[in-house]
Amino acid sequence: MTNTQSQHTSDESPRSGPRAGRLDAAGYARNFCDAHPPLTPAQARIESERCYYCFDAPCITACPTGIDIPTFIQRIAQDNLRGAARAILEANPLGGMCARVCPTEVLCEQACVRNRHEDKPVEIGLLQRHATDAHLSEQAAGSGAPLFTRAPSTGRRIAVVGAGPAGLACAHGLARRGHDVVLLDAKPKLGGLNEYGLATYKTAGDFAQREIDWLLSIGGIEPRCDQQLGRDFTLDALLADFDAVFLGLGLAGVNALGIETPPLEGLRAAVDFIAELRQSDPSRVPIGRRVVVIGGGMTAVDAAVQARLLGAEEVTMVYRRGPASLSASEVEVRWAQTNGVTVRHWAKPAAVLGEQGRVTGMRFAATAEQGGRLVETGETFTLAADMVLQAIGQSFVGDPIEEPLDAPVGASIARVGGRIGTDDDGRTSHPRVWAGGDCRHGGRDLTVEAVEHGKRAAVSIDAALRDGTLQTTAPVTIPASTPASLQEVHRG
Amino acid sequence: MADLTSTFVGIKSPNPFWLASAPPTDKEINVTRAFEAGWGGVVWKTLGEDPAVVNVSGPRYATLMSQDRRVIGLNNIELITDRPLRTNLEEIARVKRAWPDRAMVVSLMVPVDEMAWKRILPMVEDTGADGIELNFGCPHGMSERGMGAAVGQVPEYIQRIAQWCKHYSRLPTIVKLTPNITDVRHPARAAKAGGADAVSLINTINSIMGVDLDRLTMLPSTDGWGSHGGYCGPAVKPIALNMVAEIARDPLTAGLPISGIGGVTTWRDAAEFIALGAGNVQVCTAAMVYGFKIVQDLCDGLSNYLDAHGMRSVEELRGRATPTVKDWKALNLNHVEKAVINQDSCIQCGRCHVVCEDTSHQAISATKDGRRHFEVKDEECVGCNLCVSICPVPDTITMRALRPGEIDKRTGLPVSGEYANWTTHPNNPGAVCASAASGAAATETLQGVA
Repeated sequence: MTNTQSQHTSDESPRSGPRAGRLDAAGYARNFCDAHPPLTPAQARIESERCYYCFDAPCITACPTGIDIPTFIQRIAQDNLRGAARAILEANPLGGMCARVCPTEVLCEQACVRNRHEDKPVEIGLLQRHATDAHLSEQAAGSGAPLFTRAPSTGRRIAVVGAGPAGLACAHGLARRGHDVVLLDAKPKLGGLNEYGLATYKTAGDFAQREIDWLLSIGGIEPRCDQQLGRDFTLDALLADFDAVFLGLGLAGVNALGIETPPLEGLRAAVDFIAELRQSDPSRVPIGRRVVVIGGGMTAVDAAVQARLLGAEEVTMVYRRGPASLSASEVEVRWAQTNGVTVRHWAKPAAVLGEQGRVTGMRFAATAEQGGRLVETGETFTLAADMVLQAIGQSFVGDPIEEPLDAPVGASIARVGGRIGTDDDGRTSHPRVWAGGDCRHGGRDLTVEAVEHGKRAAVSIDAALRDGTLQTTAPVTIPASTPASLQEVHRG
Repeated sequence: MADLTSTFVGIKSPNPFWLASAPPTDKEINVTRAFEAGWGGVVWKTLGEDPAVVNVSGPRYATLMSQDRRVIGLNNIELITDRPLRTNLEEIARVKRAWPDRAMVVSLMVPVDEMAWKRILPMVEDTGADGIELNFGCPHGMSERGMGAAVGQVPEYIQRIAQWCKHYSRLPTIVKLTPNITDVRHPARAAKAGGADAVSLINTINSIMGVDLDRLTMLPSTDGWGSHGGYCGPAVKPIALNMVAEIARDPLTAGLPISGIGGVTTWRDAAEFIALGAGNVQVCTAAMVYGFKIVQDLCDGLSNYLDAHGMRSVEELRGRATPTVKDWKALNLNHVEKAVINQDSCIQCGRCHVVCEDTSHQAISATKDGRRHFEVKDEECVGCNLCVSICPVPDTITMRALRPGEIDKRTGLPVSGEYANWTTHPNNPGAVCASAASGAAATETLQGVA
């Protein structure tokens, strides 16, 4: 993708402020197509042959879901795309989305031994996309047997709250094991951040929903949208109706700037801007001429780059610390810069400037690090802006699970560090509640990590249901033997 | 600059690279293009009796490819020339006149019948060609008609036809050998006994390239049926090198000139054939994969190699490695090597570990102080070279020879500086006494050098 702007001459209009339709149709089409186009079959073949098929491969260790990367790549090289997709999706049912959004440069591809050889890793992410896309397309076209089928029904029911990557992975894992899942989400569509929180160019062609369609095709998962915990139902009610509950609530809160934020046109949360762009035709999304994005994470990058792609003339990302502390990876930052985003460090918001109800700029206080602490240097500067996007992080909103629970222990769900505390398998302080994804304490807020949380929680819930350690409302017969197709997962 | 000019059985050429008798040398237009590109000579595609043979008008070739789609093996079912004898003879004469400094050798295949050879030989001589090569090697098609490999597999036929050729023609006679036999020394000896001036080898190997797994038909196929073809290209080079060396070190064929053929693609391949005793080399597959221009890289590379090693001519390289080819029983069982992994260039793929663990001697560890680290365990290493052979990074795993007196940690014994082979080993039920054995080894060495 290029950041070529196709601007209308009317853009010279003196009126500043967010406005839709800054580009012509071709400009939108060009800017919001696949940012990193898929490999052609020939490219995939050549790239797959670069894999050394390492022993105990470091890339596998680096993958939070432990995908057997050399195996799937070898299968691509051997013209066995179905086998490649199986190797990926067995470990990561959202392998298609992860292939698009994983910061592979700090995960599998960073661990690739080719880096030590020639400073150029195997393109694992693109190869993973090649294999999973092929399988999803085949399945969508109705050809080829499904890779995964359900084990005989156990009659057990589990509520999965939140249909983001963690909830989806958990639901899939439970459905495979023969349990019945009700998948609840507060939003009108399933997917969580996959559907609402990623840059449009990362998941072009409505991929998030296509992947969810595939994931649900296993059966046994009943989606219920527009169902918000605390508003439409309570945890207590779920515990009364279901054998177990998985919480994949994500981070519903947007961190405040820590300064006064008057209600001004043009001042908004980056996550809302990104979500609106995902749910709309880009040509209908208003964008300012001068946009300031506050923050240094992937959300900030996604917002800043898309601001440029919508036709903003100047986009500045401002981060309060130095490059070393940025949570966006180097590759992400380079991507922003390539798209014409100016990245400024060492400045924190001091005041939002506005006139007549509209944002006109931001004043920043210059910062520095002294003895490990961030301090203001006393200098300030102002950036003119008709749009300011806040992207300084999201936070867990725990209100819906705040109430003490009735059964069986009368306790609330314990928190650690402001999020839900769990063991490695995602089990919370409540014996019938598991949690995973960004709402769980101790992660790096990565999609792929959320998938692993959901996957492991499904294994743990299944094991607990089978060994009878869960109090249940009604005795249910569970098949004595584990289906062969699932044994590997159990061992893992 | 080293002198690349070559004289092989009296035939001069500006370099030792000839195009082998094959599709690239079928016609005047091809051979002219080859000479323009710089080839030292050609062996014109095999002539036979009129009426000409008929080729299939479908796939004649198929390849085996490495993962990166480089051709490593080529199979063909093309027969000898399918053009009238007269046409070929006229073109040969014309090309030789136009390119007098290049070697023009004509490949021949007619039935095992003295009159047939008596008829064709003078016609070839009249073209002004420099020599003849007897095609006793093609394994497909013609062999069903009692020619090609069918002749090369019967030493008596080889000897008889070589005698006829030497009787009815003044041209140097090269006998091209088939590898589709058990011991290549026998046909070579027969060629020599028949008075042949040289042998060339190897011709192609019987092969089926694969199976179309959708149609379940062999490949290549003609209208659904296939027939084995002749296999050549880089994959056959090791087979060819062994056969060249076997003939070069056979006392009964010692000194018989050899034209080396079989997968020569780079100057290194050529240098290896020459070092094992070939006087020149013939090339086909590489030209069929990359075109004629490669001869320039062959010449340049060989010339630089000779210069770098202080050799002034190709002749100085010829046979230099032949004396190192021995029977297994002559190998020094007291010599001990261990693999060594260079930790600076190791990329930690771990393949050396897993192959040693799974298929060899469990002699490479995978961790050190809890970290990924690959290191040879001298107490287990038998020096097999598997790790060296499969390591993706050149020169990262190397073999180190233990010095005499050094302790071999695997056996706990000091390394002997003495040469000792199987013939004297206590485990050998047929062991001879040491002094007799070393005498025999010394004799063999001298023969090898001679």
